[in-house]
Amino acid sequence: TDEWRLSCINKEFSVCPSYPPVVIVPKSIDDEALRKVAMFRQGSRFPVLSYYHKKNGMVMMRSSQPLTGTNGRRCKEDEKLINATLRPGKRGYIIDTRSLNVAQQARAKGGGFEQEVHYPQWRRIHKCIERFNILQESLIKLVEACNDQSHNMDRWLSKLEASNWLTHIKEILTAACLAAQCIDREGASVLVHGTEGTDSTLQVTSLAQIILDPRCRTIRGFESLIVREWLQAGHPFQQRCAQSAYSNSKQKWEAPVFLLFLDCVWQILRQFPCSFEFNEQFLIMLFEHAYASQFGTFLGNNENDRSKLKLPHKTMSLWSWVNRSEELSKFQNPLFEANSLVIWPSVAPQSLQLWEGVFLRWNRPSKFLDEAHEEMINIIKYNKELQAKVNTLRRQLAEMETDDRMQENL
Amino acid sequence: VENVRLLDRLSSRKAALGTLYLTATHVIFVENDSETRKETWVLHSQISSIEKQATTATGCPLLIRCKNFQVIQLVIPQERDCHDVYISLIRLARPVKYEELYCFSFNPKLDKEEREQGWKLVDLNEEYNRMGIPNNYWQISDVNRDYGVCDSYPTEVYVPKSATAHIIVGSSKFRSRRRFPALSYYHKDNNASICRSSQPLSGFSARCLEDEQMLQAIRKANPGSDFIYVVDTRPKLNAMANRAAGKGYENEDNYSNIKFQFIGIENIHVMRNSLQKMLEVCELKSPSMSDFLWGLENSGWLKHIKAIMDAGIFIAKAVAEEGVSVLVHCSDGWDRTAQVCSVASILLDPYYRTMKGFMVLIEKDWVSFGHKFNHRYGNLDGDPKEISPVIDQFIECVWQLMEQFPCAFEFNERFLIHIQHHIYSCQFGNFLCNSQKERRELKIQERTYSLWAHLWKNRADYLNPLYRSNHSQTQGTLHPQMAPCNFLYKFWSGMYNRFEKGLHPRQSVTDYLMAVKEETQQLEEELEVLGERLANLQKSQLNDNKVQSKQQDRSKQLGLSTSNNSLANTPQDYSNDLKSFPSRSPSQGDEEDSALILTQDNLKSSDPDLSANSDQESGVEDLSCRSPSGGGCLPSEDSGKDSDEAVFLAV
Repeated sequence: TDEWRLSCINKEFSVCPSYPPVVIVPKSIDDEALRKVAMFRQGSRFPVLSYYHKKNGMVMMRSSQPLTGTNGRRCKEDEKLINATLRPGKRGYIIDTRSLNVAQQARAKGGGFEQEVHYPQWRRIHKCIERFNILQESLIKLVEACNDQSHNMDRWLSKLEASNWLTHIKEILTAACLAAQCIDREGASVLVHGTEGTDSTLQVTSLAQIILDPRCRTIRGFESLIVREWLQAGHPFQQRCAQSAYSNSKQKWEAPVFLLFLDCVWQILRQFPCSFEFNEQFLIMLFEHAYASQFGTFLGNNENDRSKLKLPHKTMSLWSWVNRSEELSKFQNPLFEANSLVIWPSVAPQSLQLWEGVFLRWNRPSKFLDEAHEEMINIIKYNKELQAKVNTLRRQLAEMETDDRMQENL
Repeated sequence: VENVRLLDRLSSRKAALGTLYLTATHVIFVENDSETRKETWVLHSQISSIEKQATTATGCPLLIRCKNFQVIQLVIPQERDCHDVYISLIRLARPVKYEELYCFSFNPKLDKEEREQGWKLVDLNEEYNRMGIPNNYWQISDVNRDYGVCDSYPTEVYVPKSATAHIIVGSSKFRSRRRFPALSYYHKDNNASICRSSQPLSGFSARCLEDEQMLQAIRKANPGSDFIYVVDTRPKLNAMANRAAGKGYENEDNYSNIKFQFIGIENIHVMRNSLQKMLEVCELKSPSMSDFLWGLENSGWLKHIKAIMDAGIFIAKAVAEEGVSVLVHCSDGWDRTAQVCSVASILLDPYYRTMKGFMVLIEKDWVSFGHKFNHRYGNLDGDPKEISPVIDQFIECVWQLMEQFPCAFEFNERFLIHIQHHIYSCQFGNFLCNSQKERRELKIQERTYSLWAHLWKNRADYLNPLYRSNHSQTQGTLHPQMAPCNFLYKFWSGMYNRFEKGLHPRQSVTDYLMAVKEETQQLEEELEVLGERLANLQKSQLNDNKVQSKQQDRSKQLGLSTSNNSLANTPQDYSNDLKSFPSRSPSQGDEEDSALILTQDNLKSSDPDLSANSDQESGVEDLSCRSPSGGGCLPSEDSGKDSDEAVFLAV
């Protein structure tokens, strides 16, 4: 567009090791300024475009935290860049995925957040999404609860509650809904960041896109969302998805960030069962491959790692396998009807459920549910067949009638 | 009363201004908004409690809680008006005479014959015949002809053939409220049966020969087994406490060949409190996940549901797998016993999983055996301690089963919800009174209408699209997972948060599939018509051909064959045809509305009263309910952005 440009500033991963070589930035900011901004952001993750909302031209950007430190450092270029993304007279929101407290503490370590005086058109909102250890412990507790063989109802519910897993789901979904709401309803642009901008930031930006953009609810669209917002955006899969729930050695970097994202997608899918082209199996498949895969797609921590490992040459891509029609048919949602609307999920506790397909997979009989799914497919298949048949007959009839008339005319 | 505000529970900023009317049967709130004129109707008999809260600057708040879990919050500007409304509603919601109830004035414009037909829809004699009774082992007994033996039992009772009138009467004297053992379900395949009764008056040591003979007779009626189970559905402690009052439970030593078993289902008071606690959780304004889960656990509701299910599963297993007959009782044998017998029956017999069969089941185990509908559901003003969600729990058990066996039931969730609604609504006569005797005395069948006929008429709305009578899940006994099965029991938001539309999935798979199936049926019909027309046309063309064959034979044939060719080669035609397709396919829905159409489907629900009551109709154009918090963030009204975010920030 005339407001945004592709920048090859990161060609050799020289500016930001966890960014892809090509990023989208405001047109009015040149590469020189970008370099300066990168110095001001943790891990050099300067603000880049994540999503452009066609309907009203609003955008969602993501970055890492600014390095303001305790003495309130500023960076003119950073302020200029962020302001350049706003159209005249528009306002924007900065969604910080940490609580105000945590963000303030980050200043002691050189991090921090944007002071509103220096970014006058922006308002900052803090949402608290947990990180690392806390998420990992939550997963461990949840899996433990699901494997509890006792017959006691109370224990099950209190264990589920104590795991806090659904609390995290609720927090993440709420933040994503907020971002989407700012963009679609408020007509404002949004900048999302946490600390590094590689975890909770990506959960929020990618979920917001699923809510806003119907394309992300198709199989291809969802695949490219994962490539864009997770793989290219530098979510460190190798560090986060090393051990999963049964790890006893609490590795510092281990965290089910991606699984939480998939769970959130499942929650939305459950509330809008007809708006997604893919089904639950597709999400489960992605979960499995993120942790252990014969494909190279989820290896490494970022594009830089992957290109160093020469993965594209040495391994197969998961997508090339999934997108073959025989595989694809397993992942298609028979109920899918393209829905071009923004979909607003409910985040009330009554609306959120445990993702049984993943967490109770080995503990519950799925036979009857599978049968139901099959039944669903059959009903729809039969309907489609009939439709085709009727259309054929109709055409045949129409043609015979015209023939008839022609004959009469003769 | 004018200028009343109806508050939205989920977002405090969304309130509707309107006028409140009190009629003889309903509370009606009509919104002032001239475009929608949205109406909310609430039957007086649905009102469970009214609470007047402290007056604020804006007016006097009035909170109405309904038995179908609707909560209505009104703010009335004048304290005096509010008080008047409060006083009148208290009176109107607590009728003292049956004649005041809605069903005596409700007239669906059916003639006498239709009404009588409606009452004949469910026939219990037919049902026992279906089970294979009377037969060599079981017969109908007329001991209770004029309710002479037991006034809460039906006149027609099925008992073992070897149980003489003397034994029955003797046994009845040894049972609470004279509710002697009688047949509830007979399993044709292996002669095993489920019988029900009340507790024996055994105290610490009393015996009764006739009662012992009665149980013996039940055992003999099942030649395949040399013992019967006696299942006491109470916790052991409760049963023992009853002994002090001269009641209690069977002593295995006194009865030959019984196996005695306690299954701890709590009493009606515990259940009432449990529901109360769960509803408090449902009512929280914006609970955190922990608040909700903790509250759910603390209410113990799901634990109680599981206890009932476990009892049903135990009995079904005894009957189907061990081939052993079971006698079930609790204290009086009209609450827990009814729950457990009906759960067991629904597991055992696929017929009860059909729409008609489910009606029969409720009529048999609940209505005919004297479940005290009037007391339990507070139809008339009475002792609040008698109120308890006994049948609600049974209905929830069925829902939990539906979740586990999606193809096993002919009906859908809506069917259950509407039945629950009408148990409280008093719009139909089915659930009036406490016993068959009382209903006969009131001449209910002559003066009111039957719910079953009403549901049956609209059965298309209640079909489960996944049900197929030849599916494996619709055959034989259902075997729900026993262990570890805690997580199989889920909170039923469709029931307890029924009126918070914003909380439910925005698209319903059931409705979608129902629409698809309906379309399929239309297609089938059309296919047939087209096929016929085609055949006719071909015939006439053939005839034509014969007449004109001499010259045109060749060209005609050519024409036909080309038409066949072109058919295969014109895929682009396909989509055009699709567009002109007349039927109302779900896919035809205009994009803008596609999500909404589905909801609409479920709204055009059969029940005019129901949909009116629950202001579902208006839920449709309420686009804002699609927004994350149930509304309030339409751009038009969001000048103050702060408040808008509050929706998410507050959490």
